[in-house]
Amino acid sequence: MDGQLPAVKVKTRRVDHLLIAEMVARKARVLDVGCGDGELLELLAETRDVDGRGVEISREGVNSCVARGLSVIQGDADTDLINYPDQAFDYAILSLTIQATRNPRSVLEQLLRIGKHAIVSLPNFAHWASRLRFVINGRMPVTGSLPHSWYDSPNIHLCSISDFVALCDLVNARIERRVALDSYGQRIGLGIPHILQNLIGDQAVFLLTRRTGSG
Amino acid sequence: MDPSQDHPRAKSLAPDHATAKQFIDICPPAAMKAGRQERIRTGKDLSGQNLGIEASADVVAEGVRSSLHDRPVDGAEPLAGAGEVATFPESEPLPLDCGVPLGPFSIAYKTYGTLNAGKSNAVLVCHALTGDQYCASENPVTGREGWWTTMIGPGKPVDTDRYFVICSNILGGCMGSSGPSMTNPKTGKPYGLDFPVITIADMVRAQVRLIDHLGIPDLFCVIGGSMGGMQVLDWAAKYPKRVFTSVPIATAARHSSQNIAFHEVGRQAVMADPDWRRGRYLEEGTNPRKGLAVARMAAHITYLSEEALHRKFGRNLQAREVKTFSFDADFQVESYLRHLGMGFVERFDANSYLYITRAMDYFDLPAEFDGKLGNAFLNTPTRFCVVSFTSDWLYPTKENRSIVQALNAIAANVSFVEIDSDKGHDAFLLNEPEFLTTIGGFLNAAARRRGLPALNSAAG
Repeated sequence: MDGQLPAVKVKTRRVDHLLIAEMVARKARVLDVGCGDGELLELLAETRDVDGRGVEISREGVNSCVARGLSVIQGDADTDLINYPDQAFDYAILSLTIQATRNPRSVLEQLLRIGKHAIVSLPNFAHWASRLRFVINGRMPVTGSLPHSWYDSPNIHLCSISDFVALCDLVNARIERRVALDSYGQRIGLGIPHILQNLIGDQAVFLLTRRTGSG
Repeated sequence: MDPSQDHPRAKSLAPDHATAKQFIDICPPAAMKAGRQERIRTGKDLSGQNLGIEASADVVAEGVRSSLHDRPVDGAEPLAGAGEVATFPESEPLPLDCGVPLGPFSIAYKTYGTLNAGKSNAVLVCHALTGDQYCASENPVTGREGWWTTMIGPGKPVDTDRYFVICSNILGGCMGSSGPSMTNPKTGKPYGLDFPVITIADMVRAQVRLIDHLGIPDLFCVIGGSMGGMQVLDWAAKYPKRVFTSVPIATAARHSSQNIAFHEVGRQAVMADPDWRRGRYLEEGTNPRKGLAVARMAAHITYLSEEALHRKFGRNLQAREVKTFSFDADFQVESYLRHLGMGFVERFDANSYLYITRAMDYFDLPAEFDGKLGNAFLNTPTRFCVVSFTSDWLYPTKENRSIVQALNAIAANVSFVEIDSDKGHDAFLLNEPEFLTTIGGFLNAAARRRGLPALNSAAG
């Protein structure tokens, strides 16, 4: 969370990755759950000099990561996070992955246990374009951030920004920072009410910590 | 577990290959075999100096090449001469897990590449059950190429232009290191069953002495598959500061009940052979060839997969049109196994087979650390890369993943890949491009961190 990224030639990139990189402190220990082909881990290594690790379910993703020198294991967010000790990482990250887990609530709880911070990015199912497609056409939405048809989508637990905020409350997560992005990848101004963010936000990134004590 | 000595044969098993009867016929009489054993022993006698025997490798190799691969070699000696032997005096015995100190003792080894000025580029390769120090060069006994030439060599993932590779014959082996086929200096006779029962940890202790002897403070990498992977884990658990990266492949932190069972079948086959002579066959001029061949046949099945066997042989008949209604090797797969078994006995000592399988059975790393594997690696500075193969049912992914889980539990730096292969346990010895790319990439990244200069061929 220390300001702008240094100017490094990085071939980017997913806009949520850039936001996440801004939230991560330099030289932090990071676990990227659902790290795909390691794009975010590489970005964090290059721009934040982190000690990064990854978990990825697809064999191809893992092999590509390891062959590029990233410390990544083949594993499943739903079952393998229990192996990590408490507070083992400064940041446990779930980028555009929570909607593909079988049990998002327990994955989020594990994330908050393993990391001093959790960072979650998610596609917003309540974006106006999705709403329109569903209401007008009566079809499951297919949009830029949700490109799959319902029958071949890995996303089994889609939610809206408001839904996720409610889940955070349920699992005692404190939202330290939240950023919503519109469908052009532009940040939605801080002054915009949350209910409007839930309408025009295409995706959102949350920085969370576990709330301690009562409350 | 299988160092692939026998693999080159697998693919070349042409339909016109010898029948099983012929396979048995080509085996030399016991006397010839015993004579060869004698040469192996004397070739690696304990009387050598500290730096051991520097040998007439070319003569040996030539002699071997001129014969059939699995035939004994007349007049070629010393057979283990192409490498070197480090001999440690009685005054510096090796403390063994069984409580007996072993001394003097010898470790035969082979090196490839050049140790850099900073001594920071050494890679220790740990071999599997029936492997040897000839991982990347021709084996002078069999005349075959090294058992891991897919992995080790110039431009290979373990690049000998970049790294200094050391591979030693394990303690208890039969290729020049102290083992049951060696002469017991106290009796002047082969050890036989007087050789103390050894463990994986003992093998590693002996390797540590070798690395000390070579003046290498710490290793850039310790790598090995199967039993080699067990040694890799033992190194990382007990000498963490001397291991920069650790690559255990297709292995387990404790030997499973099923694997102990397979080994017991093999040992019983050896011991049931009347030529075993309660382990004193070298003195009595016999060799439990049939027993050891059966052990090898049974074990070899566990190194493959059903798909691999089916692809290679199916139900094809061996050099015949119709079934013979006899117990000849009608099927190619039978012929293949018989051939492997008979070839194996020409290069391997039966007692060594007993000792080494025993060492694997005893391997239980978590048990040494209060039952929790993670404790073995607490605060480890080592970077791990664990690899398993989808069709390996001897050391399945589950076993390898439990190592990864233990490492995760202590937040160690670990990578883990499961490679899609239908070649069974032996996949780690074969040309599996995805596997080799992964290891190469892992080592490259680690070498950068270690400050080893990149080579053009190894860049990326």
